[in-house]
Amino acid sequence: MAEKEEALNNLEKIEADALAVLEDVANQESLEAWRVSHLGRSSPVMGVFSSMGSMDKALRPVMGKAANEVRQALETAFEEKQQLMEAKALKKALETEQLDVTLPGRPIAHGRLHPLTQVLRRITRIFGDMGFQVYPSPEVETDDYNFTYLNMPPYHPARDMWDTFYTKTEGVLLRTHTSPGQIRVMRDRAPEPIRAILPGATMRYEQLSARSEIEFAQVEVLVIGENVTFAELKGTLEDFARRLFGEDARTRLRPSHFPFTEPSAEMDVGCFVCGGEGCPVCKETGWLEILGCGMVHPVVLEYGGYDPEKFSGFAAGMGIDRSTLMRYRIDDIRHFRNNDVRFLRQF
Amino acid sequence: MRVPLTWLKDYVDIDDLDLEALAKVMTMVGLEVEEIRMVGLPMPSGEKHEFKYTGFSWPEDKFVVAQVDEVMPHPNADRLVLCRLNDGNEEIIVLTGAPNLYEYKGKGALEKPLKVAYAREGSTLYDGHQPGRKLTTLKRMKIRGVESFSMICSEKELGISDAHEGVIILDEDAPTGMPLVDYMGDAVFDVDTLPNMVRDASVLGMAREIAAATGKELKHPNAAFEMTGPSIKGKAAIEINDLELNPRFVLGLIGGIQIQPSPYWVRRRLNLAGMRPINCIVDATNYVMLELGEPLHAFDYDILLERAADETPTIITRTAKDGEKLTTLDGVEHALDREMELVTDTSGPLSLAGVMGGEESEVNSNTKSVLLEGASWNFINIRKTVSKLKINSEAAYRFSRGVHPALAELGVRLCLKRMHEWGGGQVAKGLIDNYPAPPEDPVVELSTEWVNNSLGTDISAQEIADILIALEFECEVEGDIITAKTPPHRLDIHTGIIGRADLLEEISRIYGFDKIPSQRLNQPLPPQQVDPSLGMEENLKDLLVNLGLQELIAYRMTSPEREARRFPPDFEVPDQQYIEIQNPITVERRVMRRSILSSMLEILEYNSSLGQRLALFEIGPVFHPVEGQQLPEEKMMLSIGLTGLREKPSWQGSEPENMDFYDLKGVVEGMMQGLHIADVGYQASEYPSFHPGKTAKILIGDLEIGVMGEVHPLVKANYEMEEPPVYAAEIELKPLLEAGSILFDVEAVPTYPPVLEDLAVVVNENVTAAEVEAVMRKGGGDYLAKVQLFDIYRGKQLGEGKKSLAFSLTYIAPDHTLTDKEVSKLRNKIIHLLDQELDAKLRS
Ligand SMILES: [Zn+2]
Repeated sequence: MAEKEEALNNLEKIEADALAVLEDVANQESLEAWRVSHLGRSSPVMGVFSSMGSMDKALRPVMGKAANEVRQALETAFEEKQQLMEAKALKKALETEQLDVTLPGRPIAHGRLHPLTQVLRRITRIFGDMGFQVYPSPEVETDDYNFTYLNMPPYHPARDMWDTFYTKTEGVLLRTHTSPGQIRVMRDRAPEPIRAILPGATMRYEQLSARSEIEFAQVEVLVIGENVTFAELKGTLEDFARRLFGEDARTRLRPSHFPFTEPSAEMDVGCFVCGGEGCPVCKETGWLEILGCGMVHPVVLEYGGYDPEKFSGFAAGMGIDRSTLMRYRIDDIRHFRNNDVRFLRQF
Repeated sequence: MRVPLTWLKDYVDIDDLDLEALAKVMTMVGLEVEEIRMVGLPMPSGEKHEFKYTGFSWPEDKFVVAQVDEVMPHPNADRLVLCRLNDGNEEIIVLTGAPNLYEYKGKGALEKPLKVAYAREGSTLYDGHQPGRKLTTLKRMKIRGVESFSMICSEKELGISDAHEGVIILDEDAPTGMPLVDYMGDAVFDVDTLPNMVRDASVLGMAREIAAATGKELKHPNAAFEMTGPSIKGKAAIEINDLELNPRFVLGLIGGIQIQPSPYWVRRRLNLAGMRPINCIVDATNYVMLELGEPLHAFDYDILLERAADETPTIITRTAKDGEKLTTLDGVEHALDREMELVTDTSGPLSLAGVMGGEESEVNSNTKSVLLEGASWNFINIRKTVSKLKINSEAAYRFSRGVHPALAELGVRLCLKRMHEWGGGQVAKGLIDNYPAPPEDPVVELSTEWVNNSLGTDISAQEIADILIALEFECEVEGDIITAKTPPHRLDIHTGIIGRADLLEEISRIYGFDKIPSQRLNQPLPPQQVDPSLGMEENLKDLLVNLGLQELIAYRMTSPEREARRFPPDFEVPDQQYIEIQNPITVERRVMRRSILSSMLEILEYNSSLGQRLALFEIGPVFHPVEGQQLPEEKMMLSIGLTGLREKPSWQGSEPENMDFYDLKGVVEGMMQGLHIADVGYQASEYPSFHPGKTAKILIGDLEIGVMGEVHPLVKANYEMEEPPVYAAEIELKPLLEAGSILFDVEAVPTYPPVLEDLAVVVNENVTAAEVEAVMRKGGGDYLAKVQLFDIYRGKQLGEGKKSLAFSLTYIAPDHTLTDKEVSKLRNKIIHLLDQELDAKLRS
């Protein structure tokens, strides 16, 4: 029995010694060293297992159980110690690790849609919601489509409203507005009703300056049906303006003249720069002109293949460059086609 | 046109409207007021104004009508005078340098005191000695030893005109002591006249619109007066050659006139309206033109007599003969052509009809008798003349837009009356009037129902008629039907359906657009078009933006020289047809572009020094003339341009590397994947703009749709660009978008784990990665899900002309977990095939 007593005492001592050493362990390395020397293959407790073979057969189960208990106790102590140390380390890390959050982030190389594309998309989306579909139309046009079919026969005074680039081909010019697209859609669709939107580039003979461009983007809107009214023109364009400029946008229709519409009007929107107080952008009026519109002229309906006694319609046209210019208070309209990336990246 | 408020008030009573309200009425009937220039009147009350105001006001206590009783010499200066002046309160000595007072100097007390516009001490007015219009305030000072603190004003100082040669001498009846603002304070409306409203390029026309919009009465000018001279019969004759070009010609005659300045109020009105006063005769023609809208022309009758060698002067209107010339009164000699309408007499051209008078027969300081022309001209003919001769005038502005022939007679009568009032003399009895075929003023019939259906309103027949009557239409109402006869002052109303549209405009504009209700579209939705290309185009733009590219919109106009820069210098540029612009703004923009690559290179050049990394794209048309076709083909193209750093430099880590061919290819591949185009191929190819060894054509199936590669170093040298190479692609949009599909198959996400392994093979330099990949796929079969090249190595130990390509292979079976045995079988098959087909050895 003395042998058993002694062996058990030895085990107790092994446990006590190991725990005493563990108490003083203060870092990861010494903890790992502790694990090797007190739980590793050549550790005292493992030595007990390997010496088991030379033990009395009767003693073996008792000693096996006791040694196992010691090993488990040491393992548990190790895990607890490890957790404690990890918690300490994390606490320390959280206390000491600090970034300069004001340093710039890693730049991501990105692209953007051209500002005019962005504005055009907003416009086509709004009209799209109202059932309008987009039609393409050519930028190099015939004199007939650009003028004559729009109720401006040769030498019509209203032709002066558009300074035109002519090509060296007889009767061919660079379209001065998107309105010739009206005739193209009508001829394509007659006698069906139409809700069309025609975006595209237009060209006018101007001296290039901060305020005037030779090429610019326009959108044409066209509705044809059997009883289209001025009230519908007004309602549709007011809805459009509210959606483009915001719920509070004030609008007004002012009589104007376009040969291809009658009555003709211009739509003004309350100046979004000064809120209507008056500023240089709105020339102190509090109003900004955003589009021209009107009821489709009978002559135009006829050229488009619709009987003006039966059909009516309205049309509107707006310049995208100018309204974008005003909206973002851009100082120079030429930025849009100079494509300076420092400008484009801001949108 | 600029219209003074006081003049408008002659024809419509608008005392109850303040300036804001009046300007709003005008704008809302189509007379858009761009600016209101204050010439004395106080600014409208209230902080917020809807219109732009310029000019300044004349406070009652500062600016008054005064009289100069004596003009005395200045003791120390010849060019200054001292005026003994009475401003209604007191007598003051006022110093002035006005040359138009010299003639009264030293003549003692004046028999007729001179009435002047007087500004007291502390008045704020324009500085007459500075260019432009700059306000200054009168302060007490000494000029050459004489104290000065107030001023007798010139027109410039009061903002009436730019004249500063002398002080204003008012009409004799101006009441001394009256505040100047009450005597002649004014406001000038600058109105943008619409091209179809030339009838309103007149004070009466504008007054008519205001009267109609406000329900007020229009007061016509009174043209009645007694012609006391001998009859005009036999004094002149008229011959019209072509009634189409000249429907009416009216002549009046006045003799014994005195060429002198018009009364001051006339000169002031002309100045405010923007016309320079000349003398009472010329002023009368201009005044009536502004008043009525009918341009008139005065001939010196004695010169006409002389030209007719004392026969009866005969006015002949005809088109010019070949080689005929005329010097107009602006001193310019014009070579005329056979289309240009002239007013001539038996000895040749007198004036350019409806545009400008000739120098020879114009009224001058010796003129005693005036033959006055009021005529009507074909507006298209006038337009042609004006555009051919590049000449313009107030008369041409009106006649080239259409003036009703009825106004010719009224204009002549009014003008003769005014010439007589302002220049004396005797008006010959009667007029000579050649008007054989007066036009029928259109009659339009319209129903209330049609009007309301068109506008979306509920206006009564009487209300409609009242609006038209206010615009001086003659109207009859019968039940629902209104019959309206166009008044004899406008040519813009047609008959039939167009006439109805014309009247609809008149009705809606006077009724007020703001009173018309707003409604949503009530129409049936039209048949929907399937137009995938525009949708796909948007999709493509989004894809390219997501791939890190910035969108551009370039000018369509360019020059062949600019486009030739996209070729190397020694390259023989093919002779290509361009859409050429007849009237380019500059030679640099004289054709429509053929190459979108050129636009891209120019924009890369523009930005070259501005961005360390440029990644750009544009979608837009190029213009190709087509033989036998009027309009060019507008071919939609996509261009991509890359240059500079692969990533943006950061404060962390190392400097990023420059982009290369494979960055461009990555973009193109990403685009193809995003469009779900499967059958894409890339073949090494040569194009003049690109580096011969670093360029590929892009194929979809067998169809070549574009090119991509490094821009040829010699081409790059044509542009001012930074060091890094430039990569570009040029792709036709139509086949690209047509190949893209909206519907595509989605592969199942595998549920069994993949087996990954790397395989490096050594091949001859001429074997492409694509060939190796194809063989691997052939050997790997369906279980080889992915083949990805991850390294290319060349080195001595591989031997000359050899390279090693390392691939990462992914095996997956859709229905079970692959075993090592299965994978090794596949690998062996791949290795065997590589060896057999490409002589590729496994790299050990
Ligand atoms: Zn504003």
